[in-house]
Amino acid sequence: MKVHLMFREQDFDLQQPLPPQADALTQDLGLEALFTAMAAEDKFLREVAQKAVLLSVADVATITYRQHVLQDCLANAAIVQKIYDICIECMQNERRHFWGGLSSSPGMILYRSVEVLHMFVENLRKLKKIADTEAANFKSGGFRRFFSMLQEELTEAYFAEVQDHLKRLRFKGGVLISAELGRGNKGVNYTLRRPDDREVGWFAPILSSPIFSHKPSYTFHIADRDEAGFRALSELRDKGINLAANALARSNDHILSFLSALRTELAFYIGCRNLHRQLTDRGGASCFPTPLAAGTRRHDFRGLYDAALALSMHRTVSGNDVNADGKDLIIITGANQGGKSTFLRSVGLAQVMMQCGMFVPAQAFQAEVRSGTFTHFKREEDAGMHSGKFDEELSRMSGIIDHIRPEALLLFNESFAATNEREGSEIARQIVGALLDAKVRIFFVTHQFDFAHSMYDKNLPDALFLRAERRSDGTRTFRMIGGEPLDTSYGEDLYRKIFAPAEAHETQEVP
Amino acid sequence: MKFESILFENALPPGRSSRQAAPDFFTDLNIDQIVGALTAAKQEYDLATFFYTLLSDIEEVAYRHEVMQDLEDDKIRSQVNAFAQTMRQVRQELAQSGKLYYRYQKQWWFLDAVDVYCRGVQSLRDGLGSAAVRSRGFTGLRAYLDQYAASEHFLMLGQEIAQVKSELSEIRYCFLIRGSAVTVRHCEDEPNYSVEVEKTFEKFSQGEARDYRVKFHDTVDMDHVEANVLECVARLHEDTFEKLERFWNAHQDFQDEVVRRFDREVQFYIGYLEFIGDLKQAGLPFCYPRVSRTSKDIVSREGFDLALARKLVAEKAPVIRNDFALTGRERVFIVSGPNQGGKTTFARTFGQLHYLAALGCPVPGREAQLFLFDRLFTHFEREEKVTDLRSKLENDLVRLHDILRHATPDSIVVLNESFGSTTLKDAIFLGRQIMERVLKLDMLGVYVTFVTELASMSDKIVSMVSTVVPDNPAERTYRLIRRPSDGRAYAISIAEKYRLTDEALRERLAS
Repeated sequence: MKVHLMFREQDFDLQQPLPPQADALTQDLGLEALFTAMAAEDKFLREVAQKAVLLSVADVATITYRQHVLQDCLANAAIVQKIYDICIECMQNERRHFWGGLSSSPGMILYRSVEVLHMFVENLRKLKKIADTEAANFKSGGFRRFFSMLQEELTEAYFAEVQDHLKRLRFKGGVLISAELGRGNKGVNYTLRRPDDREVGWFAPILSSPIFSHKPSYTFHIADRDEAGFRALSELRDKGINLAANALARSNDHILSFLSALRTELAFYIGCRNLHRQLTDRGGASCFPTPLAAGTRRHDFRGLYDAALALSMHRTVSGNDVNADGKDLIIITGANQGGKSTFLRSVGLAQVMMQCGMFVPAQAFQAEVRSGTFTHFKREEDAGMHSGKFDEELSRMSGIIDHIRPEALLLFNESFAATNEREGSEIARQIVGALLDAKVRIFFVTHQFDFAHSMYDKNLPDALFLRAERRSDGTRTFRMIGGEPLDTSYGEDLYRKIFAPAEAHETQEVP
Repeated sequence: MKFESILFENALPPGRSSRQAAPDFFTDLNIDQIVGALTAAKQEYDLATFFYTLLSDIEEVAYRHEVMQDLEDDKIRSQVNAFAQTMRQVRQELAQSGKLYYRYQKQWWFLDAVDVYCRGVQSLRDGLGSAAVRSRGFTGLRAYLDQYAASEHFLMLGQEIAQVKSELSEIRYCFLIRGSAVTVRHCEDEPNYSVEVEKTFEKFSQGEARDYRVKFHDTVDMDHVEANVLECVARLHEDTFEKLERFWNAHQDFQDEVVRRFDREVQFYIGYLEFIGDLKQAGLPFCYPRVSRTSKDIVSREGFDLALARKLVAEKAPVIRNDFALTGRERVFIVSGPNQGGKTTFARTFGQLHYLAALGCPVPGREAQLFLFDRLFTHFEREEKVTDLRSKLENDLVRLHDILRHATPDSIVVLNESFGSTTLKDAIFLGRQIMERVLKLDMLGVYVTFVTELASMSDKIVSMVSTVVPDNPAERTYRLIRRPSDGRAYAISIAEKYRLTDEALRERLAS
C-alpha cells in the first residue's frame, strides 16, 4: 500500500538532500516568509513545506497531479484534516508502547506487536470508513487512487484475517514448532507452525493422547520447581516464535511507515492550504499556473506579485504583467526603488511555487518548467569574509556553474557590480553569453549601463528589456515597462527626495 | 619398502632414541631462540625433540632435503596445510565429544570427527596424487595412502558415516509447548506460520525494515530440556539412533598410526619453512648445503646468524652477511678485531650452519658446503657465579679439558674469548696450548680471541678480522674479512678521523 499523493508512482522522500542552491534561493527569494505561512507554527509542517518547495519537480505531469490533489484539499479541508489527525494519533499511540530495551525477547516483541497491531487495525478501520463515505467528493487522480486502494485492500475479509492472526498469536493452545537436527544433534531451523485447531483446542490434550491418536508422540513435563527447566523451555519457545515476532514487528513498522508517509504527504497540502488562506486574507490573488514543457520558451503572466513581500507587509502589493514568450534574456534596468528586485523575486518565487505543484501569486501564469531555479544576488558585505566582495561573487558564480544545467532559470540581481563598471560589464557579458549558449534562461537586474546597453545594441531577437517605470514627475509605479536601458538610474530623484525637497525646482537633468 | 616416517627414511633404528633435552650448545649458539620461536607456534605437535636429534647419515640428510624441496612447492605445501587443518579439527571435535554430557551429542561429534578424518585422508591422497612429488618421503606416503584409502576397512567406514549422517539430516520433528508440557511428534505438513503472518501484512511494506530477530547465544552443549526433546526424537527414530550408537562403539580407534605420525612429523618441515619464510621475504637467501662426512672443505657465501636475522628483520634493520671458506689443510678460523664488530655473530653463524645442516634443513646463505660432524662443542664466556668454588679461569680450563677429551677428528668446536680473565702472556700461552690440541685432532672450529698471535701458529689457521666504518668507528658493520690480523687498519681510521695521523699532526703542530 502506497500513499502516492505527491507522485503518481513514487514516494515522497523527506530525507532527500536539498539541491545545492537551496540556501541561496531561500535567502534571495525570501522563502522563509512562505515557509512560516505554510507551517502555521507547526514544526513538522514547516519541515515538509521547506523540503517540498525546494525539491522542485521538473515534469509537467507531476505538477499537474499535485495541483489536482491540492484542489481537492482546498475543497475538502475538514476531511483531509481528519485523515491527518488519525495518522498523528496512531504515531503517538505507537510510541506509547514502550520497548523493554535491548534485551527484548521474541516473546516480548511479539506481545508488544500484537498490542500495537490492535491499535493500528482500529485506525485503519477509521480510514476505510472515510474512504467509503467521502471518496465521491474527491476529484483528483491522486485521491481517487488512494481511496480505492483503501477500499480494495482493507476489506472486511482482510480485517477478519488480521483478527484471526491476532487471536492465534496469543497462543492459547500452545506453540507448535518444527525443527531439524544440526551440528551436535542440536535443534536447528526452528519454525513456527500453524497447528490443526484440534491439536490446540480445548480438548487437545485428550484428543492427542495415545488413547485417541494412533500417531506416535512423546510428552515430558517440566517439574514444578525446575526453574532452570522453565527458563530453557521459554528459550526454546522464543527460538520458535523468533521469525513470527520479527514478521509482526516489521509489519507494524510498515503500517507505521505507511501512516507516516501519509502524514508527510498530507502535510505539504495542509501547508499549501495555510498559505492560501493567508494570501486570500490579505486580498492577494492566486491561480493555478499552467506548466508547459521545458524548451517551449513560454513565460507569460498577469498580475504577478511577490508573495513573500505580501506576507510580510500584511497587505496587497502591486503586480506586473509581462509576456516574455520566446525570450531567453530579460534585462531589467531603471529607477532606484522602482521595484526591480521585488519583480525579480516574484519571478523566481512563482517559478519555485509552480514547480512544487502549488498555486502562484498572480492572476494568470503560464511558463515552461525549468531544470532548476538559481539566484545570484548582490550580497551585503560580510565583515567575517576572508575574500573580497568581488571574489566572493565570482566564487558563488562558480558554485552555480557547477550545478546548473540547460533549461534552468537564473536570476541575477546587480551581479558583478563590486568592481568598476567596465570590468564588471565585461565579465557579465562573458558569463551571460556562455550561459545563453548553454540554453539557460536569464533575468538580469543591473545598473551597469555599459553591460545593459551593449546587450541592447546587439539587437538580440531573444532578449527583452524592461525598465522600472518612472513617471516624468519622478514618482515610481513599481511596474515594469518595456524599454531601452537608460544611462541613469535616477539616483538624483532619491537624493532630492531625501535632501532637498524644497529646492526641487532648481535641479537640472543629469548628463 | 613400507612407508613409516616423513622424517627418517629408515625407521628409527633400535637403540637410537630421540633426545628429550636440548644439546649443550643450544644456548651458546642462540639456537634455543630459533627452536623456541619455531615450536611455540606449533605446541600441539611437540616438535622440540625433532630439533634435538641430529642426523649422522648423508642419505638421511638427502631424504629430508627432498621432502623439504617438495614442500617448497606451494601446491604441495597447501595440501599438507589443509590436511593439518583437518587433523586439528579432528582433535578438536574428539575433545568436544569427550567434554559433552549427553550421549547423542557425544556420538554426533565423534561421528563428525571420523567423517572429517576420512575426508582429510582422502583429500590428501587425491592432492598428492595430482601433485608433482619427487621426494622419497612423499612418494612413499602417497603409495601408503593409496593402499590405505582403498582398504576394505577405510571404505566401510566412509559408507557407514554417509548412511548415518544422511538419515540424521533427513529427520524433521515437531514439538508443541503447552504450559509445562512438551509433546514431540512427527511433522504433518503444518504450514509455516511466520510466512503466513508476513504474507498478511505484506501489503503495507514500504521498503527496507528493521530486523527484529533476536540472536541467541549458540552453545555447543544442551540444556536438559533440549536433551529431553532429543531423547524423544531418538525414540521416534529408533533405528537411526541405534546406528549412531553402534558406530560410536565400533570405531573408537579409527586413526591410522602412520597417518597420525605423518601429521605430526611433517610439521617439522612446515615449521622451519614458515620460520625462514619471513626472512626470505625480507630478501635473505637460503640454500641446501652440500654435506660431507669426509671432506673438511667448508664454504659459505652470504651466511648469517638466523636468530639475529629474525630480530633484525622484525626491527626492519639490515642483516649483514659474511662469506667464509676453509680449503685444503685449513681447519680453524681465528676471529679477531674490534669489539661489537660481529665476531661472536660470526662464530654463531659457523655453528648454526653446521647444526642446521645436520638437521637436514636449508641453511642461511647463497651457497654452502658443510661438514656432517659427530659432535658440536661450544665454549662461550659465562657469567661468574659467586657460589663457584673455582676461579673463572679454572672453570674455563676444566670445561675446555672436558671438550677436548670427548672431541674426535669429526667434531666441531666453537670457542669464544676463552682467556679474557688472565694476563696477556698467560692468555697467549694457554691459547697456544689449546690450539695445538685442536689442530692435532684435525677438528674444524672457530676461535674468537683478542690474542692475534694465535693466527700465525699454523697454515691450518685462517684469520678473519672484524671491521668498522672508518669515518664512524661507533657504527657496526658486522662484516668480517679474511686477512692477517695486524691490529692497525682500525686504529688508523680513527686517527684520521681525529686528525691524529702523522701527516695531520705535523700540519697541526707546524702551525
